[in-house]
Amino acid sequence: MRKRHIALICYFVILFIPIYWMINTSFKSDAEILREFTMFPKEITLKNYVEIFTSPVWRNSFINSIIYVALNVVITLIAAIPGAYAFSRWKFRGSHHLFFWLLTNRMAPGAIFIVPFTELYYTLHLYDTHLAVALAHCLFNIPLAVWILEGFMSAIPKEIDETAFIDGYSFPRFFGKIFFPLVAPGIGVAAFFAFTFSWVELLIAKSLTITDAKPVVVTLTVGIGAEGVKWGLLAAAGVLTIIPGALVVYFVRNYMAKGFALGRV
Amino acid sequence: MASIELRNLSHSYDVIMGKGEKASFSINNLNVRWEDGKAVALLGPSGCGKTTLLNAISGLLKPKAGQVMFNDRDVTMLSTKQRHIAQVFQFPVVYDSMDVFGNLAFPLLNDGFKKNDIRGRVEEVAEILELQDLLKVSAGRLTPADKQKVSLGRGIIRPDTAAVLLDEPLTVIDPKLQWTLRRKLKQVQRRFRITMVYVTHDQHEALTFADVVTVMSKDGKIAQTGTPEELHENPDTPFVGYFIGSPGMNILDCSLTAEGLDFDGFVIPVSDELRSRVSGPGDGLQLGIRPEFICSRLEPENGAVPFTALIIEDTGAYRVLTLTMHDIRIKTRISQAEQVSENDTVWVSFPERHVKIFRDGSRIY
Amino acid sequence: MNNRAVLFLLPVIVIMSLSAFIPLITVVNYSLHYIFSGSMPQYVGLANYVEVLRDPEFHDALTRQLVFSTMVLAVEIPLGIMIALALPRKGIWASISLVLLGIPLLIPYNVVGIVWRLFTQSDIGVIPKVLGFFGYAYNVALDPIDAPLTIFILDVWHWTPLVVLLCYAGLQSIPDAYYQAAQIDGASTWKTFRYVTLPKLRSVLILGVLLRFMDSFKIYSEPLLLTGGGPGSSTTFFSLFVSRKAESYELGYAGSVSMIYLFIVIVFSFVFFQIMTNIGKGGQTK
Repeated sequence: MRKRHIALICYFVILFIPIYWMINTSFKSDAEILREFTMFPKEITLKNYVEIFTSPVWRNSFINSIIYVALNVVITLIAAIPGAYAFSRWKFRGSHHLFFWLLTNRMAPGAIFIVPFTELYYTLHLYDTHLAVALAHCLFNIPLAVWILEGFMSAIPKEIDETAFIDGYSFPRFFGKIFFPLVAPGIGVAAFFAFTFSWVELLIAKSLTITDAKPVVVTLTVGIGAEGVKWGLLAAAGVLTIIPGALVVYFVRNYMAKGFALGRV
Repeated sequence: MASIELRNLSHSYDVIMGKGEKASFSINNLNVRWEDGKAVALLGPSGCGKTTLLNAISGLLKPKAGQVMFNDRDVTMLSTKQRHIAQVFQFPVVYDSMDVFGNLAFPLLNDGFKKNDIRGRVEEVAEILELQDLLKVSAGRLTPADKQKVSLGRGIIRPDTAAVLLDEPLTVIDPKLQWTLRRKLKQVQRRFRITMVYVTHDQHEALTFADVVTVMSKDGKIAQTGTPEELHENPDTPFVGYFIGSPGMNILDCSLTAEGLDFDGFVIPVSDELRSRVSGPGDGLQLGIRPEFICSRLEPENGAVPFTALIIEDTGAYRVLTLTMHDIRIKTRISQAEQVSENDTVWVSFPERHVKIFRDGSRIY
Repeated sequence: MNNRAVLFLLPVIVIMSLSAFIPLITVVNYSLHYIFSGSMPQYVGLANYVEVLRDPEFHDALTRQLVFSTMVLAVEIPLGIMIALALPRKGIWASISLVLLGIPLLIPYNVVGIVWRLFTQSDIGVIPKVLGFFGYAYNVALDPIDAPLTIFILDVWHWTPLVVLLCYAGLQSIPDAYYQAAQIDGASTWKTFRYVTLPKLRSVLILGVLLRFMDSFKIYSEPLLLTGGGPGSSTTFFSLFVSRKAESYELGYAGSVSMIYLFIVIVFSFVFFQIMTNIGKGGQTK
């Protein structure tokens, strides 16, 4: 028992050392970063953060990210919930293959899809909009959400549906009143994954936006490669991109625990 | 094989049901002895701690107080493995990744038996359980009933099994197969003279299976242990009387006065013998009588009490009447031949030889 | 086919066509043409494919990728299972652990690159300082072994929590009765793991292996930021290789590589999928 705990604590420490190092760096001045090696900032400076908060470019790109990620989560769920329901309830011809085909989309090489994506959204007049990024991210989020939700839904006996229909529930009412609460933890888990993968994606987001919908992950890369990298600024921006994610995890933690506890992800 | 004895066994635990709600399960100060080779049924309402008790016997949990004895040896501190106990769970537990043979051989393999001995033993058990044709089938593919047979098989495969504990093993089985499986169980029990403890909340299941029935009450105490006949004829507590039998015993509050038993609405005379057995204060008594022993007639009769028929339930062989008078309700059985309809007056009397008297929850007559 | 099923699947199909099928067709189309900026695309049949399959650079990138993906699976899956087994099963510490595990997953890929760059950069990082103290001259930018190894450790750091979360979910769904039965049957810890835990984790492990395998092929931002694919081509993994080709407007070539890539990943995934769904379902039906 002791050994197990020590091993776990070690793992979590290792997990957080790199993150700690970024936080540490974000509170240092560039001079200190380059001049010496310190485990704590000698003089804590908020200069890096102030620079980000006062810059409209940074602010807007944060907002852009949040908008398209939220849009993506909504679209993913709207499509995946009925889809997963169909897979879990009706075994039609080829359903198994369709399911696998859907999953293979996760493997689609993002790197090469950027050119066709750009062409496609240009044609649809969606280029450089939040919707374009949100739709493009469905490429990898819908398959995963369908997979997760199908697992949760299959665990709910079909008899529940049948009983409800016999009791005279209409389909929408059954879905809202009975089925939805039952799969809510699963939806929580699916939403969490959709959020995560959309939030962290860079390549597609970068290629589908120029200015209007430019996400923070892209703004971040701009600081790299330029003459004299501003490490402190970069670290501070990095810390800020973790915060929305950390908040989401914090708010869905009970759902997550419950959803994960229900299992069959 | 072993006799099982519990001495002052107590345990309790809480289960967090989310949102801060807690459910408590407990067993309180249990004392009982089950002889070697008996089929024992442990009967009680849901949530009375039957499973907890079973886990304490098998060693899956360590009780907070008291002792578990096998053949008069204290095993309370021994691990499950050392106790040589087998347990069959409510939901069939099989090792999906092995075939039936692998499943049955698993406990023997873990005990370090030789390959040849294992084969012989597995085949013997498989034959008894009629699993011989399925030995090569992956256990995950079996029907629930066959899975449950496999888990029973794992239970009895060790030659030195002290006892087999069964926790509502037929819950998920098709009702048609339940009967076959229960008979098989009984057959195995007879053949090997295994001590079996069969947990159930279904009295029919308990009474048909067991030589000895132990009834637990809702508060996690043992209400009574005895043969099915004893429990039926002479329940120790009103709870047992009500719990066993269908419908259960009628339990009526009453007090003993100079006229007889006073039910606050009517009085029935009593014999001197009953009066002499019911010593102490006359109030705070309960009368118990089984519905089938109540004499009910549609004609007035000397000494009978008029009740009004409230509900008439037809069971095919007989009818069950629910009768009322003021706020007293009783159930009685009446033959199909009698013409009775709701709101009719029914005259009832309680033959004294079938009357039980309880005080403070235990039988005094 | 059930009409209602079609109706329910319609949103998925429409969106997936838009974001998967149409681009895929476009890529197939590229792969059959010579495309250079400015000039008209010229249909060349399978010539691009032939070129790709003969290209030693492609072989290099593919081998590197396969070694990397294999290592990723070989380390992250067992490690993930072990950590999941060690996690507390209920109570406040269980939720805290879950939240902590979720955080690395929520760091944008390029921020992961930045975190690790800060961490390993030779002038400002912790790793070079610590290893230097022990006498090892670590340099992620110049050493052809340090660089891929660092990317590998980064990937293990970043993605093992996902495997842990999946396995944790799987573990939570195993009813206690299975463990109790194993205990009663006298199974050792190892046998309990082998015959109870592992078979019950099968479905989450399928998902975990597939996800990690597919996603390890997509590693892109991290090597780009950390090492730029170098030194030499020691960290030019497959996605980086493909996008380099696409960026240099060798679209036909890049398209062919993508198709081959897709083919490889799908074949591997399908084989995994088949093997893993069939493990433990062996034996005959009667």
